[in-house]
Amino acid sequence: MAQSLAKEFTKGLWAEIPPFRLVLGLCPVLAVTKSVENGIGMGVATTFVLVFSNLLISLLRNVIPSKVRIACYIVIIATFVTIVELVMQAYTYELFLKLGIFIPLIVVNCIVLGRAEAFASKNGPVLSVADGLGIGLGFTLSLAALGAVREFLGNGTLTIWEGLPVFEMGAGFLPFKFMIEAPGAFVGLGLMLCLMNLIGKK
Amino acid sequence: MGDLFVLAISCIFINNILLAQFLGNCPFLGTSKKMETAVGMAMAVVFVLVLAGLITWVLDIYLLKAFNLEYLRTVSFILVIASLVQFVEMFLKKSIPGLYAGLGIFLPLITTNCAVMGVCLINIKEEYTFVEAAVSSFAYAVGFGLALILFAGVRERINLARVPKPLQDTSIGLVTAGIIALTFMSFKGMV
Repeated sequence: MAQSLAKEFTKGLWAEIPPFRLVLGLCPVLAVTKSVENGIGMGVATTFVLVFSNLLISLLRNVIPSKVRIACYIVIIATFVTIVELVMQAYTYELFLKLGIFIPLIVVNCIVLGRAEAFASKNGPVLSVADGLGIGLGFTLSLAALGAVREFLGNGTLTIWEGLPVFEMGAGFLPFKFMIEAPGAFVGLGLMLCLMNLIGKK
Repeated sequence: MGDLFVLAISCIFINNILLAQFLGNCPFLGTSKKMETAVGMAMAVVFVLVLAGLITWVLDIYLLKAFNLEYLRTVSFILVIASLVQFVEMFLKKSIPGLYAGLGIFLPLITTNCAVMGVCLINIKEEYTFVEAAVSSFAYAVGFGLALILFAGVRERINLARVPKPLQDTSIGLVTAGIIALTFMSFKGMV
């Protein structure tokens, strides 16, 4: 039991890490990774939704009729997204403004629906939570990594919390503005994917 | 009238939904390997996006805002879009089989296309009037189709090129998309 738990948890961190191994849910990845801070915020919000929707869906997996299952999953996911939205609006208002419409758009993030359909609908609640946590953590790490690359090259800083940079390049550093603009997101993700392929060749 | 034209141009080119706002990227990469699928997806999106944009606008103004139910926006929008897609699918199957055969498999995919939900939310956030919402929905959808078809054209040529192994498939696709996004950036400052 403990072994399979660990397996489901760790697969999200490398073997099936989104969005590199599972090329799903690209929109938030490209849009919010202008800085590490935004990336982590988005990742944590998605993880919360993933864990709780996985839990509820796996508890209800024998109750939900298979013909209308997708609609049921979407309603469950949308409920948790609304919770995240309201909580973020109340406690982390600045981040809420920065992420904008990408918070309600977690509903249509294919990763969440994908895990519900591929995993939570077939497995027990404990395993499903482990799966959600693993995939969510992997997603957060990917977002933070891409955010770090883009923020470092495009702005010369690394920010983890509340706009206070933990690291700043000297005044002589010429920021590579391209990286925090739209094209930099595509190119940055494409090259990181290439790097992952180089390291982890099957 | 002039304002609406400016709005349309800015939605198609400057704030292109795929390349500047990053919405709908999963179908962008998924259906752009062949020109045919790209055209099918683009048409399906235009069709559904305009309908969804108008219906969610009416829903938001006359139901959610009127009864102070804004917190139900996410849930109700996704339900409307999902059922709209189902309904459109059934309607086309029965009355316009030719169009259904063309759009067929792309329709159900649109439910999880965040471009649709995204544009509906943008329409509300920018507080557009009904006509503006209609124009912006249509223009965003046209921008989606334009970028998707351009990208599919480029990708068909890439298939003929010799790409280094680690860069193959999605990786080179993303880098190409980045270069196309760069060209779209030059539209900035046009309006």
